[in-house]
Amino acid sequence: MVTIKQTSMPALHDMCSLSLTVNGQHYERRVPARLLLSDFLRHELHLTGTHVGCEHGVCGCCTILLNGEAVRSCLMLAVQADGMDLTTIEGFASSQEPLHPIQQAFQEKHALQCGFCTPGIIVSVHALLREHPMPTEEEIRHGLSGNLCRCTGYQNIVAAVKCAAVYLADQETTHSRNENNK
Amino acid sequence: MATRWFGAPVQRNEDPRLLRGQGLYVDDIDLPGMLHAAVLRSPYAHAKIVRIDTQAASNLPGVHLVLTATDLGEVLEPSPLLIPHPALTHPRTQLPLALHEVRYVGEAVAFVVADSRYLAEDALELIDVAYEPLPVVHSLATASAPDAPLVHEDVQGNVAAHLLQSVGNPDEVLANAPHVIRETLQMERGAAMPMECRGIVARWDHYEQMLTCWISTQAPIPIRNGLAAIFHLPEHKVRVIAPDVGGGFGAKIMLFYPEEILTPFATMRLGRPVKWIEDRRENFISTNQERGQLHEVEYAFDDQGVLLAVRDVFLHDTGAYTPYGIIVPIITSCSLPGPYRLKHYASDCQALYTNKVPVSPYRGAGRPHAVFVMERIMDRIALELQMDRLEVRARNFIRPDEFPWDVGLVYQDGGPTRYDSGNYQAALDKLKLALDYDTFATRQAEARVQGRYLGLGIGYYVEGTSIGPYEGAHVRVEPDGRVFVATGVTSQGQSHQTVFAQIVADQLGIEPQAVLVATGDTQAFNWGVGTFASRAATVAGSAVHLAAVKVRKKIQALAAELFEASAEDIELAEGKVFVKGAPQRALTLGQLAIKANPLRYTYGESARTLAAMNLAAARPGPALPPERDAPGLEADGFYSPPHGSFASGVHGAIIEVDPATGMVSFIKYVAVHDCGHLINPLVVEGQVHGGVAQGIGGAFFERLVYDDTAQLLSSTFMDYLIPTAAEIPDITVEHIETPSPLNPLGMKGVGEAGVIPVAALFASALDDALSPWHIRIREMPLHPCRLHELLQEARCHKAVLPLATEKPGAPTENCH
Ligand code: FES
Ligand code: FES
Repeated sequence: MVTIKQTSMPALHDMCSLSLTVNGQHYERRVPARLLLSDFLRHELHLTGTHVGCEHGVCGCCTILLNGEAVRSCLMLAVQADGMDLTTIEGFASSQEPLHPIQQAFQEKHALQCGFCTPGIIVSVHALLREHPMPTEEEIRHGLSGNLCRCTGYQNIVAAVKCAAVYLADQETTHSRNENNK
Repeated sequence: MATRWFGAPVQRNEDPRLLRGQGLYVDDIDLPGMLHAAVLRSPYAHAKIVRIDTQAASNLPGVHLVLTATDLGEVLEPSPLLIPHPALTHPRTQLPLALHEVRYVGEAVAFVVADSRYLAEDALELIDVAYEPLPVVHSLATASAPDAPLVHEDVQGNVAAHLLQSVGNPDEVLANAPHVIRETLQMERGAAMPMECRGIVARWDHYEQMLTCWISTQAPIPIRNGLAAIFHLPEHKVRVIAPDVGGGFGAKIMLFYPEEILTPFATMRLGRPVKWIEDRRENFISTNQERGQLHEVEYAFDDQGVLLAVRDVFLHDTGAYTPYGIIVPIITSCSLPGPYRLKHYASDCQALYTNKVPVSPYRGAGRPHAVFVMERIMDRIALELQMDRLEVRARNFIRPDEFPWDVGLVYQDGGPTRYDSGNYQAALDKLKLALDYDTFATRQAEARVQGRYLGLGIGYYVEGTSIGPYEGAHVRVEPDGRVFVATGVTSQGQSHQTVFAQIVADQLGIEPQAVLVATGDTQAFNWGVGTFASRAATVAGSAVHLAAVKVRKKIQALAAELFEASAEDIELAEGKVFVKGAPQRALTLGQLAIKANPLRYTYGESARTLAAMNLAAARPGPALPPERDAPGLEADGFYSPPHGSFASGVHGAIIEVDPATGMVSFIKYVAVHDCGHLINPLVVEGQVHGGVAQGIGGAFFERLVYDDTAQLLSSTFMDYLIPTAAEIPDITVEHIETPSPLNPLGMKGVGEAGVIPVAALFASALDDALSPWHIRIREMPLHPCRLHELLQEARCHKAVLPLATEKPGAPTENCH
């Protein structure tokens, strides 16, 4: 007979204070040290657009921008984000605003089905396009390879990224033209 | 009708919300006072439970409830057997919590409710369970061995079901045919792996005496009915909502998963809302799986390449329980003939228990296996007779003038396997063109000179879709002119909020954006079954259409009265209703909806306009005259197909194999598909893309690896490799439209199609690419290492036997 016995009490979980900026808004909270950043965003701040698909750093559903870098919020503790500046999918366009060009491209190219992977992918694409404003097919596929999508087969996502690159470039040109005309 | 939305590539209604991160998935629901649950799962594949001590867990501050089987009272009942079948002589279903015995790693043993999920998981670690391990059945080979251990003590030979079906006289034909071949073909387990795991939030409202559950499920209405029965509540006191669901692919059609009973039980016990969210590790060991089968197939053909008879004897791994009956192997058995005129066929299937996660349909549901077997046969006939592979298929096709075609077998819905329509040669011709088939041999030869190994593979399938029993829908025009549609089916990404809107928009002369579609809420629509078997768009779509036609008639009748015209002359366009030729004097749909409700008090702008419009005065007599039996512009529609409709298609691909590493890359992938009339080509193509990607995953990357104690070794996304954008090629989708005569819009289902032929196609392409080594692929899934192994074996058997006399599983001892 085998007895599985685990009697050790987990250590008490200290509360830590945390101050950070999410989507331009400043928050001060006290949270348990072990709270994941993904859980903090979703369940403390109610920013539920950041999804959790694996909690082990592979699926990319939980991707957010941390000081501008795309990171997986399930692999970090909330307290590790102390003093940082975060952007989640909710920071791309509120319900009052028109869709962000990346989001718009995703709708036009039918790049989402169930939508569960989508916020993480849009955040990743944002980072990708900043690094490669006019990415090749290969750069796109490589850039997306940290995000799993079980619905679309990726083809329309790749098409949407190409389309978004053009939209963002147009926006950039219009922007600089306006600047020059000032 | 000015604009026709049916068939147009309409952008999706659901997207703006989902793109902004404003979707509402189960884990997004946060109710005041909500508690969180976690499940203690068996670490053994087979063991007796000797003792469970929950004292320490219960004492942990923040823990509200710890449940084991003995705490469940009369709820401790095996989950209902969903689909009984006479061949399923030994069905066994699972208890919500294991009582004396666990039968797979992951089976639920205890349920803890605490202030947070973190605390609930802490408490799990404090539960002591004494197990006495029992012998384990980890594979079909073990399950079928003469002295096999028993998964269920009282089920001899582990045989849950023995299903025999046959047409014609296969024994006689096999005995006398010019060519007969026998082979062993195998498929291993894979899993649906939707990006969103399962989950449930349950709330008991004491004041309303009402149980509300948000569940990530494909079948809210059956769950509502079941929960009402389990908890002795009237059905209208249970509301089940499937909100946004992050993929299902069949795994979420299963009911009841234990947590779907335990979470409502806990909320009713505690009087506080309770949430349970499955994590990915749990998903790997407690959400149903599929695909494990072992086929011994014998087949006969003549010198012209005509298939004469097939006898397929197969074992089906059903896991530890049979909650979903034997639907999967029935589908395998019925799908095997595919597009071919097979007149003599015997299918003999035993569904065997193993100590693994239970099996229920996963996208494709038994079909990929059947197509793998049949398409392996077709390729083999071509090889033996040195004929073109496509020509062999063409010689065996059912011709367009032979429909309806009776396969002669009883389908999963209990009805006949009767193909309603199809044009198999037309799809093959399209594929040939798209692949530039005629020049491939030259390209292949040129590449070989450069040391590159190209292979072309194809896979043909016929898919039974759109089965009954029925679905329903409600369509109602709101006073603001928008149209509300509700149906019992759910959405897990199938775009129902768009495609149903298109169907309604055509009838009511509005834009799809003006249609609000509610799916998966038992309070929005009371009747229906669920989203599975590639049936939602066709069966519920037909019901939506029928309801919309009724509403259109009501609109015309009322407008005729108000305009003092005849109903046939009333037109609907751009949200307005008017007499033909007089669009300047029009009512909006919303105004008409106000008029359809004969109240004395009306509100708003529309009502004021109406008063000024000089419409026909109300008639004397009852406000609702007999011909208008109810107020409002609304109607229900129900559609019940006579039997399933059969979609079909053929996929072809050109791959390149690196024989040194076993790595495979796709050069081209074409899917030619026939799902009757398309509602929305964007959506259909998206479904095909996604299906193919899952098929490629299932053929080459994904494998659930169990060791001989039935522990799952590939239980993270680091080990179970879901393909990424870097592995999946672009897919060219071409359509053939042979409308189904069975429903009003001529549709057939498409949800599962993409995945079905991929394993067969992959094997076909590998055989072709590796023909210098006489490789014959007989198993799925493969992966680079396994392919490399097969190549090594082939190299060692340089003096290759002619394939026809080769025994399956040729010896490999002399190979290093
Ligand atoms: S949830 Fe963070 S990577 Fe999967
Ligand atoms: S859209 Fe469903 S997982 Fe990507």
